[in-house]
Amino acid sequence: MVAMRDKRTVIVDYGMGNMFSVLRACASVGLDAVLTSDRKELERAAAVILPGVGAFCPAMENLSRLDLALPLKDFCASGKPFMGICLGFQLLMSESEEFGNSRGLDIIPGTVKKFPCPNPERAKVPQIGWNEVQRRGSWDGTALEGLADREYMYFVHSFYVQPSDPRDTSSVTSYAGIDYSSSISRGNLFACQFHPEKSAWNGLKIYRNFKKLITGE
Amino acid sequence: MEGLRVLGQPWEFARHYYEHGADEMIFVDVVASLYQRNSLKDIISRTAQEVFIPLTVAGGVRTIDNIRDILRAGADKVAINTAALQSPEFIRTASRLFGSSTIVVSIEAAKEGGKYLVYTDNGREYTGVEALAWAKKAEELGAGEILLTSIDREGTGEGYDDDLTVMISRAVSIPVIACGGCGRLEHAAAIIRDGGADAIAMASVLHYARAGHSDAGKITGEGNTEFLRSGKKLSTIDPLEIGAIKKYLREHSIPCRHELDGRDAR
Repeated sequence: MVAMRDKRTVIVDYGMGNMFSVLRACASVGLDAVLTSDRKELERAAAVILPGVGAFCPAMENLSRLDLALPLKDFCASGKPFMGICLGFQLLMSESEEFGNSRGLDIIPGTVKKFPCPNPERAKVPQIGWNEVQRRGSWDGTALEGLADREYMYFVHSFYVQPSDPRDTSSVTSYAGIDYSSSISRGNLFACQFHPEKSAWNGLKIYRNFKKLITGE
Repeated sequence: MEGLRVLGQPWEFARHYYEHGADEMIFVDVVASLYQRNSLKDIISRTAQEVFIPLTVAGGVRTIDNIRDILRAGADKVAINTAALQSPEFIRTASRLFGSSTIVVSIEAAKEGGKYLVYTDNGREYTGVEALAWAKKAEELGAGEILLTSIDREGTGEGYDDDLTVMISRAVSIPVIACGGCGRLEHAAAIIRDGGADAIAMASVLHYARAGHSDAGKITGEGNTEFLRSGKKLSTIDPLEIGAIKKYLREHSIPCRHELDGRDAR
């Protein structure tokens, strides 16, 4: 039982959107995961997934209120596998333009910006739907390993991430006339704007890769 | 429920569509508001175990607790029609609580005297509300998407309602899903290219290709199973497969996910 717990993946539940689909995706690839907002569980996790849908500001407030911001930063510095999804990707940045300026977890230097609307492409905001994920750098040994360039993934967002260091970007996606960072990969950290748990078989491949990073199998 | 024709088990259809490249699925309980019920939870929780694309539930979503239950069962979004018209503030409350992207406002419209008017209860109840004004209001209240159904076209196979879709899609900045009327490949391309639809939904044209694959004898519950037992084909709509639709769209420069991407890499 103790050995089981050591391999446990924690899905951070901080009241932002639907986390059950992340839990189901973990189950479908055989990843032992638990939904929790308990910082002690987070501290002893083998891996952490930070999901989330919704607004940046309330999300940061919830993380602070639950006393999870610092443990999350510590976990990211621990070298153990971490995956951020959608809002969980944006929160890693230094700041967001939402409601003036809001501070993020500041784990990856960068900002979160809003898609222009109206835009010359007449693209709707939020972006809700499938879009192409274009490769930047090598995906070997990352959560994206084995995926083809320009695979489609499912997106739901009005804000996008702009990392300060372009080398952090592992894929780019085009929307509303903007080429933005749709995923980043840096050491033990992987984070994506799209929802792998809603992106059919290619999305589940990311969960399978993530499991491989945790268990080695 | 004599008028509702039974075609098969919903979770069998769901699995089939997922395996054949559907990008998203909408589950509609067409008599939910009439019966004051919400009965899709079991179907959703069964589907969510094996289908990893966005799932939307429509029909009978009336309270915050309804939404919470449906999301917990495995849905990603709910589509609200009757309850939103009865109390527009429900959209605001729900979108604040669950995020805009979770709340789809379903608009069912029919043309009357040169205007598009909104109906509830699957086209049974007249409201007198104009579709255009209601769509703008829904966006303002925090809806993430609009599911726009043409009552005049639904089930006819005559094509989507271009006028309705263009009018609504241009008036709002949130995505509009066109629904009702798809009968041929050209319809699917036309409503995206000329009708301004951000996504397209279809039912009959796909369902009739699948009808008869379930064992009609095993199907119980409400609705009319006469059609299934008869083994007949529908005369007004030629059924389509998702793969054929997507291929057609790509050939007409409308980008979409390839229906088999990654399927064999499992």
